[in-house]
Amino acid sequence: MILNANIPDEVKKVPLEEKWTKYRSTVPLVAPNNKRRLEIIVVGTGLAGASAAASLGELGYNVKCFTFHDSPRRAHSIAAQGGINAAKNYTNDGDSVYRLFYDTIKGGDYRAREANVYRLAEVSANIIDQAVAQGVPFAREYGGLLENRSFGGVQVSRTFYARGQTGQQLLLGAYQALSRQISLGSVDMYNRHEMLDVVIVDGKARGIIARNLVTGKLERFAAHAVVLATGGYGNVFYLSTNAMNCNVTAAWRAVRRGALMANPCFTQIHPTCIPVSGDYQSKLTLMSESLRNDGRVWVPKKKEDAEAIRKGKKTALDIKEEDRDYFLERRYPAFGNLVPRDVASRAAKTACDEGLGVAPTGLAVYLDFSAAIKRYGQSKANSSGIHNASEAQIIELGEKVVEEKYGNLFEMYEKITGENPYKLPMKIYPAVHYTMGGLWVDYNLETNIPGLFALGECNFSDHGANRLGASALMQGLADGYFVLPYTIGKFLSGDISTPKIDANRAEFVAVEKETRERIDKLMSIGGSQSIESFHRRLGKIMWDYCGMSRTAEGLTAARQMIRELREEFYRDVFVPGKADEFNPELEKAQRVADFFELGELMVVDALNRNESCGGHFREESQTEEGEAKRDDVNYRYVAAWEYRGWEEDPLMHREDLDFDNIELKSRSYK
Amino acid sequence: MSQLNLTLKIWRQQNANEKGRFETHQVEANEHMSFLEMLDVLNEKLIGEKKEPVAFEHDCREGICGACSMVINGHPHGPQQKTTTCQLHMRHFHNGDTIHVEPYRAGAFPVIRDLVVDRAAFDRIIQAGGFISVNTGQPQDANALPVEKDQASRAFDGAECIGCGACVAACPNASAMLFVSAKVSHLALLPQGKVEAARRVQSMVKQMDLEGFGNCSNVTACEAECPKGISVENIARMNREYFSSVITTETRVD
Repeated sequence: MILNANIPDEVKKVPLEEKWTKYRSTVPLVAPNNKRRLEIIVVGTGLAGASAAASLGELGYNVKCFTFHDSPRRAHSIAAQGGINAAKNYTNDGDSVYRLFYDTIKGGDYRAREANVYRLAEVSANIIDQAVAQGVPFAREYGGLLENRSFGGVQVSRTFYARGQTGQQLLLGAYQALSRQISLGSVDMYNRHEMLDVVIVDGKARGIIARNLVTGKLERFAAHAVVLATGGYGNVFYLSTNAMNCNVTAAWRAVRRGALMANPCFTQIHPTCIPVSGDYQSKLTLMSESLRNDGRVWVPKKKEDAEAIRKGKKTALDIKEEDRDYFLERRYPAFGNLVPRDVASRAAKTACDEGLGVAPTGLAVYLDFSAAIKRYGQSKANSSGIHNASEAQIIELGEKVVEEKYGNLFEMYEKITGENPYKLPMKIYPAVHYTMGGLWVDYNLETNIPGLFALGECNFSDHGANRLGASALMQGLADGYFVLPYTIGKFLSGDISTPKIDANRAEFVAVEKETRERIDKLMSIGGSQSIESFHRRLGKIMWDYCGMSRTAEGLTAARQMIRELREEFYRDVFVPGKADEFNPELEKAQRVADFFELGELMVVDALNRNESCGGHFREESQTEEGEAKRDDVNYRYVAAWEYRGWEEDPLMHREDLDFDNIELKSRSYK
Repeated sequence: MSQLNLTLKIWRQQNANEKGRFETHQVEANEHMSFLEMLDVLNEKLIGEKKEPVAFEHDCREGICGACSMVINGHPHGPQQKTTTCQLHMRHFHNGDTIHVEPYRAGAFPVIRDLVVDRAAFDRIIQAGGFISVNTGQPQDANALPVEKDQASRAFDGAECIGCGACVAACPNASAMLFVSAKVSHLALLPQGKVEAARRVQSMVKQMDLEGFGNCSNVTACEAECPKGISVENIARMNREYFSSVITTETRVD
């Protein structure tokens, strides 16, 4: 299979900065009278799905939108905390579209497509305008204008934020736009419906099979095109910052029907999460990257101090300044605590591997705000005209400033851990957060199956091997508001005379039957182990062998373990209840079944990529200083995998990445 | 790490039409678990005994999605103030406690299964007008419209609502006034939302009444139980918006 990314004007070499503008003005349009006849299915109502469904509805298409939640507003985009990037240059610190493009390509360790990323940077500013017009309450200065802050891997302040709830506010903006289209009748909303398969008619995606989660009935839905905005697959690791119901099923079912899965091993491990506290743990909670604007990351220099802390004999406050190792500041003086996530995570792991971890499990480092509290307190005292302020006064004033900035995060930390982060430094450890890999899409966000599109975290396109902070919200909304509504015209303009697709066609009946058989199979096993227990075991294999650090040996072993576990699952899992009723355990069973297959593919991909880049760290490929060593000669490509069933090895298709505008360099934050 | 032996009196109900009942279960939890993780333990135990697990709604488990929705010892989201069920930790309970767990009880929120209720009425209220009518691609530059910082902050206080429905469950009248007023306030306080403020408040209130939510009688239990601390000031603001808009024919929507 030859992968054509359909980047406009590759042959004529139109400059990068003109590609999108020119393409947007020449991409085939669908006339309003024809839009009224065309139907589009959008699966997922996070930032990408809700913004796409709303925008397509506004354009006049007939949209059917699906979510497994009880309401579109619950999608996990809602949990994003820190912010959204945009090349507005409101802070006058030298930001530009080019700089955002450059930072994103470099941050992704040169494993993303130039044209896609440039377009993302270009439309970033429109997102902020759109969100403000919808009433998204971004943070403001006293003059009434928008405020910015910094995020990792970047030396400008281009991140817009809404307290610690940026994702919530942006999602509510998109949800409200979607609600408006529902009320106008251009979008039919299907809550509590889970997509279980995609239906292909004459080579084009023409519909889905969904399970009504309240009645348990399978339902067929037809349309001229299908858009997947179903998020990432981080829950393959069981423990992650994803919501409990995040899953890969919609995307994986597309893969089973021939869509390619690109770079599945590219996983983002986020450095600042609340550490695991016990075996019962169901999920991990993120502490926003924005905290690294003011928090300093450290561990004790001496192993005996770390051990005393682990045993509860000492606390962070007993460690003198000179006995602390601010290891990010030491190793990466240029970016300090604001190095990108992959770099910060690996550094924390290294410190803990050396026996310097500070939680009873040995897996935690400190994130300390005491310096920031003193700095802010002093400045507040000065501006309030308090001279000779006492240390206690300064700390009190400083704590108030920190509370204004990060209050809700500190509160959340205290609720979960029972410790007061104003007084004791936070304990944090890396956790699975985001998946850069996803369905392979071309410049139009179309997969290799005509008529099947993938947006947001569900696709692979913009973040390469590592995503920069505050870029996920940007990409989800860029895809949904400003890219897909144009690019989908290329496919649909060829379908204007295609009549309404009939959901009673043989293809639909056949796929529904296969879906029912899969469900019946799971229900009939009647084994002795819970679905949850299998998911935990799969997650542990993935984390141990395909997590922050990977080796050929470990990956090979992991593949075998996953295969054995999957066999055991189909032999001994127990799914309670019935298929034709509200049954959350059955939902979980289907998702875990797909995670096994995806998990294996991730391991295969990680094994194939014998280089270290971004979040993918192969121990075999590192510098003497322990930094990731990329191999541009052999691996400067996207690995897009064709799944050929459980019995056969997956087949890799390559899309070589050309860098015409950016010079490939070794990524340094020192 | 201290262990807790707990007795749960938990509501079981097959569907909206069937009669429900309390079931008693013993669970061992530890103090660092969240309430939902304690229910996970119970469900794993039930599954091990080949019994049906307790259905409850949950997703993000970090207090923001608004999915979790149960009443614990008479309080929506449990006894901790400004805390969702998923963020409620077992360290706030004692060894030997008996805990009652029920679904939200409101006519407009029919039970689907056990602790899961249908809150689609909230979506329909937003669809009635809880938005600013702006199509993609229409807006001006974001900084072309300054918004006074405190004003923006008050709007934000309304926008923080997670749509969980605790306010309805807490109210003796099953009123949705706190939910509706939070959205009305959020949008009416911003200059970009002012244009259609009159139409919005009337449409949303009309839909709220159609859904069968009760009226407000100033009990203010909604504010006390709201996991995001949304203030009843919003209800006052909504009443003001509503009455001032229906009083003149220019702004009244029939």
